[in-house]
Amino acid sequence: MRVSRGTRLSLRVVALGYLFVLLAVPIGVILWRTFEPGLSEFIASISTPAAKSALNLSLLIVAITVPVNVVFGVATALALVRGRFRGRGLLQAVVDLPFAVSPIVVGVSLIMLWGVNGWFGALDRAGFQVIFGIPGMVLATIFVTLPFVVREVEPVLHEIGQEQEQAASTLGANGWQTFWRITLPAIRWGLTYGVVLTVARALGEFGAVIMVSSGFPGVSQTLTLLVHSRYIDDHNTYGAYAAATLLMGIALVVLLLMTLLDRKRSDR
Amino acid sequence: MTSDTDQQRRGPRPETDAAPLPPRPDATAPDGIRPRGGDAAPRGEASGGAARGARHGKGLRGLRRPLGIGIVTLWLSVIVLLPLAALTVAAFDEGLAGFWEAVTAPAALASLWVTVLVSAVVALVNAVLGTLVAWVLVRDEFRGKRFVNAVIDLPFALPTIVASIVLLSLYGPNSPIGVELNATRWGLVVALLFVTLPFVVRSVQPVLIEADREVEEAAASLGATTWTTFRRIVLPTLGPAILSGTGLAFARAIGEYGSVVLIGGNIPRETQVASQYIQQQIEIDRPLNAAAVSVALLAIAFVTLLLLRVVSSRSQRREERDA
Repeated sequence: MRVSRGTRLSLRVVALGYLFVLLAVPIGVILWRTFEPGLSEFIASISTPAAKSALNLSLLIVAITVPVNVVFGVATALALVRGRFRGRGLLQAVVDLPFAVSPIVVGVSLIMLWGVNGWFGALDRAGFQVIFGIPGMVLATIFVTLPFVVREVEPVLHEIGQEQEQAASTLGANGWQTFWRITLPAIRWGLTYGVVLTVARALGEFGAVIMVSSGFPGVSQTLTLLVHSRYIDDHNTYGAYAAATLLMGIALVVLLLMTLLDRKRSDR
Repeated sequence: MTSDTDQQRRGPRPETDAAPLPPRPDATAPDGIRPRGGDAAPRGEASGGAARGARHGKGLRGLRRPLGIGIVTLWLSVIVLLPLAALTVAAFDEGLAGFWEAVTAPAALASLWVTVLVSAVVALVNAVLGTLVAWVLVRDEFRGKRFVNAVIDLPFALPTIVASIVLLSLYGPNSPIGVELNATRWGLVVALLFVTLPFVVRSVQPVLIEADREVEEAAASLGATTWTTFRRIVLPTLGPAILSGTGLAFARAIGEYGSVVLIGGNIPRETQVASQYIQQQIEIDRPLNAAAVSVALLAIAFVTLLLLRVVSSRSQRREERDA
C-alpha cells in the first residue's frame, strides 16, 4: 500500500501519541512521584518490616511455584506432544483454561474447593488451613501460571522430533539419560522463557491471591497486596507508589530477559 | 497471556492433530521394535515420526504410558478442574432457580452489563488503534522503532495492580494534568486499554509482515486509491488477525480485576464490574451469589473464545479453498 508522506506521518503521530498517553506519561509520572522526595525516601519506604516480609513472601511463592511448574509443565508437554491417548484434545483445552478464567473467579473457585465449607473443607477443619494461608496463595499462583511452561516447551518438542532421542536409546541410553542429555538441552531456551513468564506472573498476580489471603501486613501480604493495602487501607499514597515502582523494576528486568531470550530462541 | 500472543508472533504452532495420518502397518508393533533404515519417516512427516516414536522410543517411557498420563491428568484436575467444578456446583447449590435469581439480581445484572459494555468499547478501540500501531511498527521507519516495539509488551510484564497505581498517579485525584478519571467509566476504559494493548498489535504484526505487498502495488497501479487498497486488499488479509486479537482483548477485559480495582471506584450500577461484585459478595459472605456470577462471567468468556475459534477455522478453510 503506497501511502503519501503526509498520511504516513499523521498515522505515525497518532500511533506514537496513543502509546505516549497510555504508557509513557503515566509511567513517567509515577517514577517522578517516587523519586522526587529523593532516593533515600524510596529506599526507606521499600525496606519497612511490612515491605520486607511482603518481598519475602512473594519470593517464597515464586520459589515454590517455579519448580512445581517446571516438573509438571515439562511432563504435561511431553504427554501432549509424544503421547497418543484418548482425551488428548481435552487435556489441551484444560491447559489453556487458566488464560480464560478471571483471577477473581480463580479465587472463588479455590474457596469453593478448599475453604471451610468447600469440598475439601475437612482438611481445613483438621487444622491444615489452605484458604487464608500460604498454601492457598501458592495454589492460586500455580493455577494462573500453569500454561506458561507447557505452552513454551510444547512447540520446541514438536520441532526437535525424536530422532536424536531414538539414536541415544539405540546406543544404549536409558530413559533418564536420554532426557537429561538430549531432551532437556534441546528444550532449555523454551523452558527458560516459560520460567521467566511464570516468575513475572507469580510476582505480579493480584486478583487470585487477594481472594485467598488473609492480608495481614507482615504475615500474608505479597508485594502486590502491599501496594493495594498501602493505597486503600493506609492512605499511604507515596508508599504505594514506591512499592509499585519496585515491582515495575522487577517487571522491566523480566521484559529485558524476555527480549534477550526471544532473540536467543529464534537464533537456534 | 503473553505466551498466547507470542505463539501468534512465531506463527501457528505445529499441531500434530492437523493432519490425521492413516494407520501405519507398524503401529501395533510391540515395544522395543523400532523402525529403522529406510522405514524412518522422512523429514516432512515429522508428526508421523513423532507419533510412531511415541510408541517405540525408550526415552522417558513412563510419560507415554498410562502412569505418566495419569499423573498429568490428576495434576491438571486438582489444580484446574476440581476448583472450577466446585465453583459450578456451588453456583447451582439451590438449583437452577437459585442460580438464575443470583445472576439476575439488579446489582449483579448491572455489574455484568457494565463489564460487557466497557469491555466492548475497549475491544473496539483496540481493534482500530491496535491495528494502526501494528501498521506503523511494520510499514513505517523512524528512529527508536525497536524501542517502541519492545515497550508494547510492557503491559503484559507489569503487574495489574501496578497498572492501576500507574494510571491513578496520572488520571487520579491530584492529577498533574487536571484530568480526573477515577470512579468513572472512562477510568475503567483507560485501565483496560492499558492492560489489553498488546493483544491486537501482536496478532496483527506478523500477518502484516508476511502480507504480499505486490498485490497492493498492483491495485495501486491499476488506479485504486490508498483507501480502496486498504479496504479491499489490506483489511481482508488482516481481518482474522484483528478479530482474534480483539476477541482475546475482550476476554481479558471482562475478567480483569487488579487494574480496575483502584481506578474504578467500585460504585454499584455505575463503575462496579463483575469481578468487583464477586469479590464483594465473598466479603459479605454470599458465596452463592459470588459463584453464580462467576459462572456467568466464565460462560461469557467461553462463548467469546468459542466464537473466535469457529470464525478463525472458517476463514482458514476459505483460505485453503482459495489457494
